[in-house]
Amino acid sequence: MLRYALLLLASLTFGAEALAATVQVAVASNFAGPMELIAAAFEKSTGHKTAVSTGATGKFYAQIQNAAPFEVLLAADDTTPAKIEAEGLAVPGSRFTYAIGKLVLWSAKPGFVDKDGMVLKKGKFAHLALANPKTAPYGAAAVEVLNHLGLFKALEPKFVQGENIAQTQQFVATGNAELGFIAKSQVVKDGKLTGGSAWMVPEKLHEPIRQDAVLLAKGKDNPAAIALLAYLKSEPAKAIIQSFGYGF
Amino acid sequence: MLSDSDLQAIGLTVRLAGVVTGILLVLGTPIAWWLARTRSKWKGPVGAMVALPLVLPPSVLGFYLLLAMGPNGPIGHLTEALGIGLLPFTFWGLVVASVFYSLPFMVQPVQNAFEAIGERPLEVAATLRASPLDTFFFVALPLALPGFLTAGILTFAHTVGEFGVVLMIGGNLPGITRVASVQIYDHVEALEYTEAHKLAAVMLIFSFLVLLGLYTRRPGSRRA
Repeated sequence: MLRYALLLLASLTFGAEALAATVQVAVASNFAGPMELIAAAFEKSTGHKTAVSTGATGKFYAQIQNAAPFEVLLAADDTTPAKIEAEGLAVPGSRFTYAIGKLVLWSAKPGFVDKDGMVLKKGKFAHLALANPKTAPYGAAAVEVLNHLGLFKALEPKFVQGENIAQTQQFVATGNAELGFIAKSQVVKDGKLTGGSAWMVPEKLHEPIRQDAVLLAKGKDNPAAIALLAYLKSEPAKAIIQSFGYGF
Repeated sequence: MLSDSDLQAIGLTVRLAGVVTGILLVLGTPIAWWLARTRSKWKGPVGAMVALPLVLPPSVLGFYLLLAMGPNGPIGHLTEALGIGLLPFTFWGLVVASVFYSLPFMVQPVQNAFEAIGERPLEVAATLRASPLDTFFFVALPLALPGFLTAGILTFAHTVGEFGVVLMIGGNLPGITRVASVQIYDHVEALEYTEAHKLAAVMLIFSFLVLLGLYTRRPGSRRA
């Protein structure tokens, strides 16, 4: 009985491994939504499996430096993957921009944010949420926008900072902050706003938010990791990424 | 050695822990007294409620508080009706959250101390015609003093060590909600490891000294 059980176990594990592998992916919070769909489509078309962790890029960097088991990183910026590669923790030449992030000023209340962002100049709100500019690229872009508009000094006292872009959205979604700068991907699905009101921040107001992917050293021999990076460049993946409002 | 923002975070942390310990001394003592003396069937449920923060993940507490204190939550309605405004992202919001979070650290040691007194001293006081209030203030409180000291130290230290709840309702505001634990997390995320090390070392030494004081205060005795 035991022998059969072991045999079955062996055939399951080894058999599966020959066909398919699992890839451990660290994904920036803003890309959590599209990644869910991409992972499902990827698993369906390749037979590989994904284990997705979402969080702040800076935290992932610290964890990767300290031997975290991640094999692919989808960062919220382009500097972190470059740093990781320079430190020898990624496969050289595997870096590419998988999406260009778009910033929105969003409120959970319909009609609160006008489509030109004039609400910022009027300043009739108690809290403006943004991701921590020191650690989150979308937070840094938000600060750039406010500097561009000459509103940084006036609005700084109203800042509340999320640890990452997902927490920033949570502050606004629960109504604790009236409005906040978040990623377009968080509130746009199929090209439409899912709720509330928003100002699509013009891209000329901040440096482009290039989000780079990189194959980490731990994943260099994992066929699933290599396949996932290839899949990100495929048409079906690009269509999903675009539907969340990202550019290329 | 420490930067101004680190010192500000430490100052804020100490202030928060101090205020919370003060409030809990006032709020926790009657609860502990009741739990120690009552024969009510509600003793079990109330005791369990008080102990909840010991086992609940801080994210659960932070999540509930964020919704409850927000503009659509019951606490939010109340504070807005009272003209206080909303509590998230404020120092007093952290105080309210920490009072919930640290409640068992105040109530349980004090309750144990009250229970350890037993009936006898209170009965003797009663035969000497002490009113219940006199008995409480002049007999029970002095006898339970070691328990209060333990509870105060534990409550203070536990509030200093708070992180998850603050992260969820604080909004990381310098001087208002950016306590030391959050500041360390920020340093780590920003890859400022030198700064993170310094502040982390301060926290480590502080915590050790507090516990050392607690455990060597009365050598050989069990915790009150």
